[in-house]
Amino acid sequence: MSEIQDYRSNLSDPASRKFETFSYLPPMSEAQIRRQVEYIVSKGWNAAIEHTEPENMAGSYWYMWKLPMFGETRVERILAEAESCRRAHPDHHVRLIGYDKYKQSLGAAMVVFRGKTV
Amino acid sequence: MDTINKRELPLCMPKPRVYPHMPSIQEASVKPAAVKTYSAGVKEYRATYWEPDYKVRDTDLLACFKITAQAGVSREEAAAAVAAESSTGTWTTVWTDLLTDLEYYKGRAYRIEDVPGDDTCFYAFVAYPIDLFEEGSVVNVFTSLVGNVFGFKAIRALRLEDVRFPIAYVKTCGGPPNGIQVERDIMNKYGRPMLGCTIKPKLGLSAKNYGRAVYECLRGGLDFTKDDENVNSQPFMRWRDRFAFVAEAVKKAQAETGEKKGHYLNVTAPTPEEMYKRAEFAKSLDMPIIMHDYLTGGFCANTGLANWCRENRMLLHIHRAMHAVLDRNPHHGIHFRVLTKALRLSGGDHLHTGTVVGKLEGDREATLGWIDLLREKYVKEDRKRGIFFDQDWGSMPGCFAVASGGIHVWHMPALLSIFGDDAVFQFGGGTLGHPWGNAAGAAANRTALEACVEARNQGRQVEREGKDILAAAARHSPELRVAMETWKEIKFEFDTVDKLDLAHA
Repeated sequence: MSEIQDYRSNLSDPASRKFETFSYLPPMSEAQIRRQVEYIVSKGWNAAIEHTEPENMAGSYWYMWKLPMFGETRVERILAEAESCRRAHPDHHVRLIGYDKYKQSLGAAMVVFRGKTV
Repeated sequence: MDTINKRELPLCMPKPRVYPHMPSIQEASVKPAAVKTYSAGVKEYRATYWEPDYKVRDTDLLACFKITAQAGVSREEAAAAVAAESSTGTWTTVWTDLLTDLEYYKGRAYRIEDVPGDDTCFYAFVAYPIDLFEEGSVVNVFTSLVGNVFGFKAIRALRLEDVRFPIAYVKTCGGPPNGIQVERDIMNKYGRPMLGCTIKPKLGLSAKNYGRAVYECLRGGLDFTKDDENVNSQPFMRWRDRFAFVAEAVKKAQAETGEKKGHYLNVTAPTPEEMYKRAEFAKSLDMPIIMHDYLTGGFCANTGLANWCRENRMLLHIHRAMHAVLDRNPHHGIHFRVLTKALRLSGGDHLHTGTVVGKLEGDREATLGWIDLLREKYVKEDRKRGIFFDQDWGSMPGCFAVASGGIHVWHMPALLSIFGDDAVFQFGGGTLGHPWGNAAGAAANRTALEACVEARNQGRQVEREGKDILAAAARHSPELRVAMETWKEIKFEFDTVDKLDLAHA
């Protein structure tokens, strides 16, 4: 068994902050993001994009990017909106959401572009 | 003959019917007034309580019992006896029977079925009129259905397999204080199951050391940690100290990770007064969730605590100590699917359901049946899952299924396939036993979970490809790699004691 490794995480290091689902995996590649958008569309959920300054991510309400894309099933269009949001806010966390109207909840929510946390 | 009866009947009642085996009632339908005569003595239960032609009403509470009768007692007589003893009947005729409308209040055995693969017993279906039960009282329902009747001499063994609660009754119960959707919003957890860990050793830690273990788990990436069920307020760690140190741990882990965290503060107590005192203190510390043991604490305490949680916006985790005493014997007791329904009615936001794959008992199909009963709005009869009735929950919220006991990272693909997203996976030893400590163990579990969820969303067969998925994730997570090396060989492959009754192939 290998040497014990210290767990690196502390209050003074903003890089220790996580942002829920998939934040313990490496940043997603373009292809990986596409697969998650396809998943949201295949479930019949409404995709939406939100963003926030990383230091303000704790609240329930991030900034909406435009409006949720009701009825949008074109994966390209959803990816394009995520990309536009990222270009407009390069230092922000950009979150992809799938609204499940039947459960009145989010079927999916994940940060697809990570802001400057350091 | 119906028209002759002059009595005014409540609207919900069926027309009076003719019961050929019950001469006195037949007489009642013929004569307008003074009807039955009293004759003391013992008559067969089946004369009054076996009605194979009975049409069940939407408002009836229905029960399916598995009966093992004493030698020489017919199926109909045994079924009728169960119906009688769990509703209006007693062993002999009493004159006060004639002061009420027993035809309205009695339970009726209305169907008998073979148990596939077991001819020592049979299923009896009993219908109870809704007015036999106090509204919103799981206590009252169970006092009738599983009361004296379980000690009744005419039957050797008795098991309550399933209960159909009519929607009319469901609507009188409070149910989960928050439910799945509200809890997700409060905790900000979407698109995946949540992760928990029961702090060990379960007994003996000081409050401060206990808080340390909590802090390490939460900063490593778990959403929740949990008091063990038998941690209440013992001399080694009084509840107030535990709550205070745990609160500090939760708050620091939240600040450090930027994620919402919680610890199930066990408020199970010797008295209701003490239970509420502990709940109030948890609230004063700004904690999001508390916990209760609903069987040892009892339905009265549980329903009261659920009401308190609803009023105080507190999540409620429910443990099920003592359940196996009631539900494990295939011929006697109460099936866990019934205990699941009872908890959903009484109130709780999480319930332990077994893991299928870990160290504790649980057949896969049967488990899938009761996790549906816990979470879904409407569950159809499905004998392959042991579900005997359609169950409509109306607008009652669902609860998270909690899988806990002997599970580790290697089980993650199977757990995700079995439980889906609306569950909490609790790795006790599987977090705390990590060679690098709790935080690393937590990070390993979180990484494994997220890798499986990502793969599931991509359309991959998570259970079949589990090994590849985990191995790929471990390439960028040394914590996961070490966890996988540590637990590689541990399996819990014993046969299930309580199997579903399906015909032997």
